[in-house]
Amino acid sequence: MTTALLAIPNLQARRINVLEAVFMAILHFLAYLPVCALVLILGKIVHSGIGVITWEFLTQAPVEGMTKGGIFPCIFGTLSITLLMILIALPIGVGAAIYMVEYAKEGVWVRVIRAAVNNLAGIPSVVFGLFGMGFFILFVGHHLDEVLRTGLLFGKPCMLWAAATLAILVLPVIIVSTEEALNAVPQSHRSASMALGATKWQTIRDVVLPQAKGGILTGAILAISRGAGETAPILFTGCAYFLPRLPIVKLFGIIPMINPMDQFMELSYHIFIMATQSTNAQKTMPIQFGTTLVLISLTFFLNLGAILLRSHYRKSLGQVTLQ
Amino acid sequence: MMAQDIGWLKPPLVDSSSTPSIYRMTRRGNLSQLLTLKTFRAGEWIVEKLLAAAGMISILFIALIFVFLFKEALQFFKTVSPMDLIGKWVYDEYDEKWVFKTMWQAISSVPKYSLLPLLCGSFLVAFPSTVISAVFGIGCGIYLSEVASDKTREVLKPTLELFAGIPSVVIGFFMLMVAATPLQDIFHTKFRMNAFVGALGVTIVAFPIIVTLVEDSLRAVPKALREASYALGATRWQTIWRTTLPAAISGVSAACILGFGRALGETMIVLMVTGNAALVTGNVFSTVRSLTANIAAEMGYVEHQSEHYYALFLVGAVLFVITFVLNIFAEIILNRMRRKLRM
Amino acid sequence: MKANLISKLVMAVLAMAMTFTPASFAGRNITVTGSDTIVIMGQKWAETYMMEHPEVAIQVTGGGSGVGIAALINGTTDAANASRKIKDKEIEKAKQAGYYPEEHKVALDSLAVVVNSGNPVKELTLKQLMGIFTGRISNWSEVGGESAPIIRYSRESSSGTYQFFKEFVMKNQDYAADCQTLAGTSAIANAISKDPNGIAYGGAAYFLSQPSVKILSVKKDDKSTAVSPITADGRVDYEAAWSGAYPIWRYLYMYTPFKPKGELKAYLDWIKGPEGQKIVEEIGYVPLKGSR
Repeated sequence: MTTALLAIPNLQARRINVLEAVFMAILHFLAYLPVCALVLILGKIVHSGIGVITWEFLTQAPVEGMTKGGIFPCIFGTLSITLLMILIALPIGVGAAIYMVEYAKEGVWVRVIRAAVNNLAGIPSVVFGLFGMGFFILFVGHHLDEVLRTGLLFGKPCMLWAAATLAILVLPVIIVSTEEALNAVPQSHRSASMALGATKWQTIRDVVLPQAKGGILTGAILAISRGAGETAPILFTGCAYFLPRLPIVKLFGIIPMINPMDQFMELSYHIFIMATQSTNAQKTMPIQFGTTLVLISLTFFLNLGAILLRSHYRKSLGQVTLQ
Repeated sequence: MMAQDIGWLKPPLVDSSSTPSIYRMTRRGNLSQLLTLKTFRAGEWIVEKLLAAAGMISILFIALIFVFLFKEALQFFKTVSPMDLIGKWVYDEYDEKWVFKTMWQAISSVPKYSLLPLLCGSFLVAFPSTVISAVFGIGCGIYLSEVASDKTREVLKPTLELFAGIPSVVIGFFMLMVAATPLQDIFHTKFRMNAFVGALGVTIVAFPIIVTLVEDSLRAVPKALREASYALGATRWQTIWRTTLPAAISGVSAACILGFGRALGETMIVLMVTGNAALVTGNVFSTVRSLTANIAAEMGYVEHQSEHYYALFLVGAVLFVITFVLNIFAEIILNRMRRKLRM
Repeated sequence: MKANLISKLVMAVLAMAMTFTPASFAGRNITVTGSDTIVIMGQKWAETYMMEHPEVAIQVTGGGSGVGIAALINGTTDAANASRKIKDKEIEKAKQAGYYPEEHKVALDSLAVVVNSGNPVKELTLKQLMGIFTGRISNWSEVGGESAPIIRYSRESSSGTYQFFKEFVMKNQDYAADCQTLAGTSAIANAISKDPNGIAYGGAAYFLSQPSVKILSVKKDDKSTAVSPITADGRVDYEAAWSGAYPIWRYLYMYTPFKPKGELKAYLDWIKGPEGQKIVEEIGYVPLKGSR
């Protein structure tokens, strides 16, 4: 009798324990399976791509109908377009964030800007491409050409418009991280600066921005990494299947600089066309894996840098506040 | 001007008597200081306006995208009836009868612009991928916020963030070249490239979004709730299942909605691995053409301001509206949750 | 610090740019824009020609046949590559702008119909092809194969090949709804090599060295003999295209805004001549008749 009575709560406890264990096992499974899958994907790409990567692969142009040679023009194109993109997006994004945090009174306008930024982040990237082509190239470009009588200079796909399209795409990334960085600067620092007689802009320039620069830089790196990986927005705004020369123009005939009015080759687009449109997708498979590995490493290290930078600055900001 | 100048300092901190010293000094009439002040003021004014302009530009762009997309999309209805977006009666010369065709076939003697196959395609990719990434994402989010030790979290979270940064074209490439054939062997599908392969690929990009938001909303649940549950004798999983998760349910559902929006908007993966045949079907293992892939595939060579051009803008506008509504919906849910948790 | 970083970045990019800038040429520039189908061949032409004539600089860019012809109408290119014939509407536009487009046939392109090498079917008639791609024939047993569903692959509707095949083989009827459209011929070759029930079409040269892809012979009608676009030893069969014995082929064009003269004329003549046509063969298209 007594043993049976004792056994009931025991049994219940054991059932709960088993359930608990099962539940924990499921949670571990759900958390680690995706990680394993992703590691497998990366592993396959690294394994198949690493053999191709040589100094020549990184520094030479594709030859023989893109079945041989390297991917230098694509690396160059990716670097130049992200540079151009960040030159457009950073001033606008940082400016907008400073305005929202430091100047604007919490109210309708700030709410509207914030809502706009949020929604901008949610728009599918291909819609940006559609907009970029319709608005920048066919509308702005054509009218510029008409007004300036430049023939077909602005009204065609080129790096400028592709960079502008990407800039809008990454604007939310920059605004949000800048806002976060500015908000992390203690209010007391601003008050102290103001009390010493500094104007608002002096306070921002000399007190707030130096403290927030880590966060802003993080945002910029994240934006570059995002921009380097996007394909859909540049499909019709400036990417070229193959270009025999780099998009370079000689300023005053001597100083070489990136030509924003030229088309360009680009890593992510190169992967897309090599897998679907090249002369022989089977034969060029190693090149495709190599290009993929280069692109992944690029975004991977950019993101890693951003994450490390962010944790570093979060820690140092924390110390400042504690003191 | 001055009142406005100090307005950015939150009101209780400053009243008019404690204006910054430079202003007080100039009231004494020191000419040189007055001049400095004037240049200061002009500079300050310009800087503020420039910054405001930067803010305006972001609004301007979303307004421009909105206006431009819809302006072009509406032109479509000048030449085509709205009914055509569902289907069109076409005379089949071979079978000698009229048939109602729900197809997207813009290059044809009778162009057909039915949105049904495209919507079908988008949902057949986005829905399964949202379900899969929600299952794993919620599990992973719970693990990160409730179970994992600080050390594990410090490793696992950045790892997930790094994976979120994988360009979608890479995933598309991988699914097409490596994963599609084994998947066909496993599921014995008629089409090697189908919605399900696309959905698996899209899962990889939707998953990190869901994890982050689920974890955030679970962390926002007050500790007191959990402690109360433990105090009543509940085990860890009972607490999670009956207390924490229900408390964070609005955040979790917002996460799923945003993940769904992201999945709907994914282009490159879907373009590369779903086969892109515009079919009206409910079968996930069928080849499909999504709204996004349709734009990416046809935009390149389309003739400016032709019917087809406007049709593609219409598809873009539909995509815009869907993701816009999903975003707003998620935003409302999140705001409601924030308000509730603050109370 | 940020400014420092950016300036460093700019310097780095500039330094890279300097090392790779091709020496600029003195002398006449020729710009060629257009079809992505022709861009690689056009590039090879330009490379070889410039080696022989260092005083001429030739720039070749892609973008699509439409882009090339638009540039022609806008007067921003010396020649446009096109994988399709210029449309009457486009000639009209060009004339309004003061240009008189001149057509130059520079190569032929045989379109091959391909299946997986495991498929027992060896030949199809044009009518059967039409039936298959319009969706009226949907099982391989209807055309002499095993009982299995036919999986159709095609190019994207934006491509010239899609439109050519539709007009020429399908007599302008619509493709079947379940016809999968892929972004390029390479993707098609890849799909066919992995799909035992697939069928597709595309430039013959793309399928030559592909594993598990079989090029079908095509019959004009039930009575005529089946002709393959490739020879027995696995090269593109020029004779079959020239004589029209293999029915599915098209010209590749270059358009100039006026009757060409000077350097441009010399270049076009060179392309149509034996040296240019040798490159056509190397790339895998069919050279013009009489060039060898």
